[in-house]
Amino acid sequence: MIALLKRDTLTTWRSGGSILTGILFFLSIIVLFPFAIGPDTGLLTRLGPAILWIGALLASLLGLDRLFAQDLEDGSLDILVMQEHSLALMVFTKTIAHWLVTGLPLILTVPLFGLMLNLDAFTVGVVALTLATGTPAIAFIGAVGAAVAVKLPRGGMLISVLILPLTIPVLIFGIAATYGALEDPAPFVSPYLLLCAITLFTAVLGPLAAAQMLRHSAD
Amino acid sequence: MDTQVTNTTQASSRLWSFANPSRFLAFADRTIPILSIATLLLFVIGLYMAINAPEDYKQGSSVQIMFVHVPAAWLAMMIYTIMACSAIGSIVWRHPLADVSIRAAAPLGAAFTLLALITGSLWGKPTWGTWWEWDARMTSVLIQLLIYLGLIALSRAFEEPSEGAQPLAIMTLTGFIIVPIVKFSVDWWNTLHQPASVMRFDGPTMDPAYLYPLIVMAIAYTSLFFTLHLMNMRNEILDRRIRAMKMSVARGEV
Repeated sequence: MIALLKRDTLTTWRSGGSILTGILFFLSIIVLFPFAIGPDTGLLTRLGPAILWIGALLASLLGLDRLFAQDLEDGSLDILVMQEHSLALMVFTKTIAHWLVTGLPLILTVPLFGLMLNLDAFTVGVVALTLATGTPAIAFIGAVGAAVAVKLPRGGMLISVLILPLTIPVLIFGIAATYGALEDPAPFVSPYLLLCAITLFTAVLGPLAAAQMLRHSAD
Repeated sequence: MDTQVTNTTQASSRLWSFANPSRFLAFADRTIPILSIATLLLFVIGLYMAINAPEDYKQGSSVQIMFVHVPAAWLAMMIYTIMACSAIGSIVWRHPLADVSIRAAAPLGAAFTLLALITGSLWGKPTWGTWWEWDARMTSVLIQLLIYLGLIALSRAFEEPSEGAQPLAIMTLTGFIIVPIVKFSVDWWNTLHQPASVMRFDGPTMDPAYLYPLIVMAIAYTSLFFTLHLMNMRNEILDRRIRAMKMSVARGEV
């Protein structure tokens, strides 16, 4: 498991391009918003957390089609399916590795982008915390979509269409927790705990469903 | 394709005998005319009752939209539940007929969901003063429509239908999470849409003058769905047979 984690993280890290593309995509989305709604700093401050969340959600969807595609091309996917360890555990590891190289860099850039949206340090911290809790759930849900579309030509678009409706709960509770911490009457703890629950829930069921899918496509 | 069902299994379970596509086709051919007539009669009775329902003291005649709107919304959830059950059948027993059932039900589910959304919008304008509001129930039904459309896109994405069976079934099961969200959204988030008034544990709170037409309409809708579902499944099976024949002709086997 650790070997697989290391291998996946390193191969993506050393190929380099995809991490940078993800961050650039994230940046582009954030840059688009001031153009669309006008450079009013007050408005940007109010919408900032939501913009960061939407940007991160879309950026995490971007790389999903590569999650299994590379392994399918070089044949290591068949080896993963055939060996005796639990395939669900392997999918879990691969998804974690995927998140480490796509999700985590996004969260690390949140302070910089938060500054551009005129957010204070506390807000940036809260957004980073909720993103760090929520984006793994998006990756786990996305793993199912990636496994479904692995054999499909032009699967990337289809993944987004299938996955986006399912990520809406993550977005709802992530945003609810963020604004709960920032605005006084709204609660923080209960939406945040629900967000944690979604992440744990998807961490179990996502890999199971994706593994079932991969086993079928390997037949 | 047509495996012969042996006498022993036939005796042990009559239901399973429909798992044979040929038997299913014969069953569908017999049932569809009966169901069609029943649907027609139910709609005539239901619509007659609905039109003669008294006007609401607050909403006036717009309350009659309910008889079109509420059954469509129920059907939207029921169809997804049927699809999820078929998905289990498709994953566990890998049965082609379960896959056919999902494929045939998805467009119908999308149509009923769309009908519920449109009639809801038409009803919302005179009663709530707005065509659309980002209320929990409406938003979750809209997400359900997106899931239906995504599943239709997925079912069309595979060149060989049998290859798409497992992906479709797994995505259908994954999307089932939306059904309880739609059902309980009015209780969890207290927004514009009213909570359930018929399907609740302490019995319906609706006046019988509205309840009975509503129930007849709900049965009519259900019967309409099963008619269309059977017809769609029959088409899908015949379509696959034609496809298989064309392929064998193309390979020069005939």
